[in-house]
Amino acid sequence: MNPLLSSIFSTGFAFAILRVMTPLLFPALGVAVSELAGSVNIALEGIMLISAFFGVIVSAFTGSLFLALIAGLAAGILMGALLAYFHLKMKADIILGAIALNMFAAGMTIFLLFLFTGDKGSTSSLQSLVFPEIDIPLLKSIPVIGEIFSGHNVLTYVSLLAVPFFYVLMFKTPLGLRIRAVGQNPHAAESVGINVDRIKLYALMLSGMFGAFGGLYLSMGYVSWFSRDMTAGRGFIAIAAATLGGNMPVGILLSSLLFGFVNSIAIYIASLNVPSELIQMIPYLVTLIALAVFAIRAQRKRDKVGEVLEHFDPEAVKAVVKDVIETEGDI
Amino acid sequence: MEKFILKYFTLIRTLIAILVGIIISVVLIYIISDMPAYSVRQFLLGPLLSRGRFANVIENASPMIFCGVAIAIAFQAKQFNIGAEGALFLSAAVGTAFAVSTGMPTVLHIILVLLVAGATGAIWGFIPGILKAKWGASELVASLMMNYIAYFGGLYIINSHFRDKDAGFLVSLRLPETAWLPQFMPGTRLHLGIFLAFIFAFLGYYFLYHTTSGYEIRTTGNNQKFARFSGINVVKVVILAQVLSGMIAGIGGMTEIMGIHRRFNWQMSPGYGWDGVIVAIIGRNHPILIIFAAFFLSYLRVGGQILNLMADVPSELVLVIQSVIIILITAEAFLSTWKNKITIKEAERVEVANESVAQ
Repeated sequence: MNPLLSSIFSTGFAFAILRVMTPLLFPALGVAVSELAGSVNIALEGIMLISAFFGVIVSAFTGSLFLALIAGLAAGILMGALLAYFHLKMKADIILGAIALNMFAAGMTIFLLFLFTGDKGSTSSLQSLVFPEIDIPLLKSIPVIGEIFSGHNVLTYVSLLAVPFFYVLMFKTPLGLRIRAVGQNPHAAESVGINVDRIKLYALMLSGMFGAFGGLYLSMGYVSWFSRDMTAGRGFIAIAAATLGGNMPVGILLSSLLFGFVNSIAIYIASLNVPSELIQMIPYLVTLIALAVFAIRAQRKRDKVGEVLEHFDPEAVKAVVKDVIETEGDI
Repeated sequence: MEKFILKYFTLIRTLIAILVGIIISVVLIYIISDMPAYSVRQFLLGPLLSRGRFANVIENASPMIFCGVAIAIAFQAKQFNIGAEGALFLSAAVGTAFAVSTGMPTVLHIILVLLVAGATGAIWGFIPGILKAKWGASELVASLMMNYIAYFGGLYIINSHFRDKDAGFLVSLRLPETAWLPQFMPGTRLHLGIFLAFIFAFLGYYFLYHTTSGYEIRTTGNNQKFARFSGINVVKVVILAQVLSGMIAGIGGMTEIMGIHRRFNWQMSPGYGWDGVIVAIIGRNHPILIIFAAFFLSYLRVGGQILNLMADVPSELVLVIQSVIIILITAEAFLSTWKNKITIKEAERVEVANESVAQ
């Protein structure tokens, strides 16, 4: 068999996809929460970086994995809250505020890194901890499947569990309902007594929490140190993954897997004299096309509703609106 | 006094934001450095202390002006275009490919290469533009995707088709001399591109503030509904803003290659598109102010590099200052209570004056 194909169909490759997917899936869920609240968070890049940094530093100085987890999560949630503060209280545009936060995170982590270690590059001089890898008892002994799904870092399993958690949180709890209500129509939400600013704050904090897990995984699982700019654009790729997944949990899981697959395959292809750039381009191209298709479909729906409303016939309007609500969830 | 403050409020506010940023940087330097006074001096005055460093400031300002003007035109139409980076990267790659494969007299060659780069950028702006204007697809996400596609596409063009195999690293073939933008000061890398940047800033200013299309762009940005009701073709305006934005960024990218590197040598995206966002914010989307903003940012960057080399402070300090300045400038609430107080004071004064006249 062709060496490329044989390596793709190996269990090691499938294992690698899950590994590479983890730091994309977390922030993608984070982006989706903020999207559903109608305040897109493009600061996940900075949030992950800050959490990755504080996780490593706290674990190195306290020797406690638990405290490191708390510190990383707190840092991420705080960044989300900070973005909400800039956006809602200081009335800064959320996109520009997020761009500033990303810069702040990139600069501040290197600055603090230098202050703590005297090194501008990484924390390799520190003895920091990593989250453990787990063998799943029964699954482990199944051939092939066991080799792919067992033995991952605990945070990889957390990321997989985060998908149903996201679903329950956003679609089965009052908070999730409020977040989606605020995202779909803030004025309507306000008119039924929802505090829009507070809900957006919660959504951005949740978004920060998801991002924090991604950051912690990077520096305390994927590798065992913090290095400057180690997120390497994953916070932005997460926006693509969330968009491609339609901001829905299963969609995001699949799109994160796609991005994980393509990024893993690029490593193999680079050694094979095939232009890896074109392969790496594919998921972004697919996302762009998906974005266009989603938008065109939504526009068609809006046009249809508008058309029917023009020749007003209550029965027809009801039928169309019902159809739209069933398929889209909103207009 | 109150009148003066109210008239120049946004400018004063921007200057205060910059001042706060610099004060924070000085505080940080004092925390981290063993020789704080020396470090602060190097950071704030270093770029002025040698001809070469000051030339660096001007050099780096050039692509920032291009990208700042590009982003400003999109921002004025309220289009969050962060695609300048991609337009710049891909246009430089396509322009390089064109320059390497053609030969003609120098001025003509320069103009044609810039046209090709500009056209590439324009196409790159058109795609998110039409997706947003016609179907409401987020231009933010679209332009972000376009950045990645441009990055990988540009690398593909250069690495697979125009790579200089004799060079020890991944770079394109050298541009023919006919396509070089001349450097004009020996000992520095200053080149004609900086004047092109000034020209584009003035053209951008003239376009935005003295033409009908520019007025339409600003009106659409201020209030899209109002623009639509007053008969402006919003779809056309949004697309136009994005196309111009991409075009200017593309030309800016190409001038860097033609003036400084003379071959495509970017393996990482150079980040000028993001600098353009910063510069557009500091310059309040006004092309002339953007020139000053670009010089300011470039000065900070060179100061940061000097700090990194000469003192014991990482140059990333500049990133922290940038973020503080951006937040303070974009936060509408910053100093708004102060402004309100002054407005009330001024109103009271006018009232008192009117009353005394009436009596």
